[in-house]
Parts: sequence; C-alpha cells; structure tokens
Amino acid sequence: MEAREIVFDFLGRYDVLGAFWTTVQLALLSAVGSLIWGTLLAAMRVGPVPLMRGFATAYVNIVRNIPLTVIILFSSLGLYQTLRVTLGAGDKVDTANFRLAVLGLIVYTAAFVCEAIRSGINTVPVGQAEAARAIGLSFTQVLRLVVLPQAFRAAVGPLANVLIALTKNTTVAAAIGVGEAALLMKEMVENEAQLLAISAVIAFGFCCLTLPTGLLLGWLGKKVAVRR
Amino acid sequence: MTSVLYDAQGPRARRRNVLYTAVFLIAFAALLWWVYKSLDDKGQLAWPLWKPFFTGTEAYSTYIWPGLRNTLKAAVLAMVIALPLGATLGIARLSDHVWIRVPAAVVVEFFRAIPVLVLMIFGLALYANYTNVASDDRPLYAVVTGLVLYNASVLAEIVRAGILALPRGQTEAALGIGLRKGQAMRIILLPQAVTAMLPAIVSQLVVIVKDTAIGGAVLTFPELLSSANTMSGYYGANIIASLTVVAAIYVAINFSLTSFASWLEGRLRRRRKSTGAVLGAQDVADVAGTTATGAEGAPGNTDGRSGLVGRGTRGGGRDGTTGAD
Repeated sequence: MEAREIVFDFLGRYDVLGAFWTTVQLALLSAVGSLIWGTLLAAMRVGPVPLMRGFATAYVNIVRNIPLTVIILFSSLGLYQTLRVTLGAGDKVDTANFRLAVLGLIVYTAAFVCEAIRSGINTVPVGQAEAARAIGLSFTQVLRLVVLPQAFRAAVGPLANVLIALTKNTTVAAAIGVGEAALLMKEMVENEAQLLAISAVIAFGFCCLTLPTGLLLGWLGKKVAVRR
Repeated sequence: MTSVLYDAQGPRARRRNVLYTAVFLIAFAALLWWVYKSLDDKGQLAWPLWKPFFTGTEAYSTYIWPGLRNTLKAAVLAMVIALPLGATLGIARLSDHVWIRVPAAVVVEFFRAIPVLVLMIFGLALYANYTNVASDDRPLYAVVTGLVLYNASVLAEIVRAGILALPRGQTEAALGIGLRKGQAMRIILLPQAVTAMLPAIVSQLVVIVKDTAIGGAVLTFPELLSSANTMSGYYGANIIASLTVVAAIYVAINFSLTSFASWLEGRLRRRRKSTGAVLGAQDVADVAGTTATGAEGAPGNTDGRSGLVGRGTRGGGRDGTTGAD
C-alpha cells in the first residue's frame, strides 16, 4: 500500500461527503428560513408601528446575545424531549433533530439577517426619499423605485457575511447529534489515529464551502453597491 | 417621526397603524397563550421546578457560579492570548515584504473559514494524543485553543482595519520626520489604532463568550451552559427552567458588553483629540466574514462601504451589531 493510501484510508470507512451534504442542507434550509423571518423582522423593526418596532428590537437584542448552542439545545431538550414538539417527524429522532436544528438556526440567524437588512436601509440617505416625495411619487412608489433597490443592493455584502457565519454555525447542530461534518470529525478523531489528515479533510471541506461563497457574494456585493 | 422609509403620518395612516397594532397584539397573545398552554400541559410551570432559582442561593452557588467562572475564565484567557497574536498577524499582513504578508494572509483567511467547533475538536484530540495535559484540563485547553485560533485571525483583521482607518497623513508625517517604518508603526500608528479598535474588541468579547458554550455542549467543558444540564438532573428535570435562567445570564452579560461597546464607540467618535477613526461593532460583523465580503480595508477601496469608519463619514443610525457567530 502506498503511504498516501494508508494516511487517508479512513475515508473509505466514513461517509465524509454525506456529512458535508447534511451541512449544506442545514445551511441552505436555514438560510432560506432565516432570510424570510429576518426580512419580516426588519420590516417590523423599521416600520411605523411602535409595538412591532419594539417587538423586533427586543427580539434582535435578546436573540443575538444568547449563544446559538443554548438555542439549539433548548429546541432539542426543551421543545422535543420535554414539550414533545416533533415538527411532524413523529418517532424518527434523527429527522426531528435535523428539523429542530434548522429551527434553532433560523431563530438565531434571523436576528443577524434583520440587522444586515437594516444596515442596508441605513445606507440610503434621507434626501433620496425626500426628493422622491418632492417629485410627487406615492409612498409605494418611493419604496419600490427609490429606497428599496438601493437598500437591497447595500445589504448584499452584510448578508453574505451572515451566510458564511451560518455555514460555520451549522456545526453547532453536532451538540444535539445531527450527523454533519463536525460530529463526523469528532467520531473520526476518537476512533482513528490520523488526526492531522482527518482535520485537514474537514478543514478543506469547510474552506470549499465558505471561501467561494465569500469571494462570489463579496464580488457581487461590490458590483451592485451604489457608489456614493 | 420620519425616516427614509415613511413620512410623518396623516389620519388614515394612523388608523391603519392602530389596525396593525391590534392584529399584531392578537397574534402575539395567541403565541404567548400557546407557549403557556404547552408548558402547563407538561407541568413545566410547577413551582418546585422554578423554586431553586427564586428562593435561596444554592442553585447559584453550587451550579451556576462555578459554570459562569469557567465561562469567564475561558473567555478572558482566549482574549488575552488572542490579542497579541492577532496584533502580530494583523501587522504582518500590512508588511512591505511579500514573504511576511502572504503567509500571514493565508493563516488569517484559513482560520476564519473554519468553524470554531472544528478547531476545538482538533485541539482536544491534539492534547489527548500528543501532550500530557491532565484529562480534566483538556476541555479548557481545547476550548481556549479553538477560540484563540479563530479570534486571533478575526482580531488580526480588526487591527489591520484599525491601522488602515487612520488618515494617511499620519504615516506620511511620521516618515517625513525621519522615523523608520517600525518606529512609525510602534510610536504613531499602533497607539491610535488601539484606541480606535477598543469598541470592536469589546464586541468581539461577546462572540467569545457565546462560543464558549459550544465547548460546554460538545467537549464536556464544565461552563455555564452545561451547568443547566447538571441542575436539571438534580432539581428534577427542570431543563426548561434551567436553560431559561442560563439564557438570561448570557443576555445580561452580553447585553452589558454590547452597550459598553456602543457607549465607548460614541465617546471615541465625539472626542476631538483623535483623528476620529473609530472601529465600531458593525465593522466586526463585516470582518467576521471573509475578506472579500466586507473589511477589504485596502486604500483605494472606493465604494464607501469598506469596513472602516473614517473621519466622521458615518454618522448616526448604527448601533452595536456583533458578528453572527
């Protein structure tokens, strides 16, 4: 056997690609969910209704100060094991844990999505809206034609950062036994001797997930940003 | 009130707001009712489960305080070790020599691309296999190692952004009066950059405190979060009560750190003595991604949204935001 085969022979015994596929699934599902919930929160946070504004502000300030681990553990130990909220997974523990992890990631990440969108809105100078109103555009026209196009374009960069952080945060799902990359790594380093090779493989996998996302979305964010 | 999104409201808009408020109140009340009902159905609101936290100090002195102490110990250790390491890496990235700049950049980008949990697991196995650290101490070592590796690279970016945020004239004047590059960095740039970075560093401390909890859940590091598990075993399956109390403590710590960072940022911004360059919490959020997405603090970045806050170009409207990890 060649040295290379001996060093990397653990790859045959573990489903590394499958684990990373779980990581990707966690990240994508949570990204979609937190984008929706975070946008709603942002709408409440910058809207004219004081009660909704208060709720969204409180939500963001509380959630982003709690560790993600606490939220994910709560969804497993509290929601699932104590309150029997199974999210339609029935008795299948693995499915339930996966869905609860996605739920936890959505609850947590939405707070940061909200802040990213709000920071995008904050980059639009008030003069833009004042000028739009002055030339006689209606409220919806002001938002649709002038303010939101600029705000969304400015939010791309911050949202990309949130997505990268989310990809890395999916590893916390290992705390409730979701079989993603970090849990597999833990299992492998406990059973196998090639610590460096295992770590290199896992690290390489995460680099493949996060670095291209950052480069691509960073490039996009710079391209679409409004020059001021 | 007016904002960029809406004007001062007339009677019709105000009536609509009242309607929205009512709908929101009903939905929110329904949610609260559902939470109350499900908790009550499973008997989770029973007084004995919550009693340890409201009467007597045993729960705090026996479980929470030792856990909290470990959390703070790991966080402080990580910060103290990561700061000089991060400063070195950050300055190395600004070096004129390619063979210093590029390796530093590779190290920083590599450790920022990798989840902190992966670094912690690596650390734990490393200490178990190759050192004779006692097995009780290994989780602490592993948690601190993971946090240091990750946060040193984030702090490196903060330091770099802090130095680049200073007006160029500072370097030019320093070199103009005959200082060498090292002296200019040490005497002129670093002291100003450190002040500018203070709010960002405090915000990063929030991220570190939150990340210690990962070590508690996965590496059996006996910190604040894992004390909730222990309490739940001792006080009769009150995991919901325990986690609520623990979460409240995290919020209290991190919220005061965040507020302190915002206060510091405002104070430094108002100060007339400095060059006005302040690195706020939002900039940490920018830095927490990869270089490509935000904190590309290189001169010649013209899009106005670089990770730098320079010379009062960004006024109000931004409060503390910490990185999403």
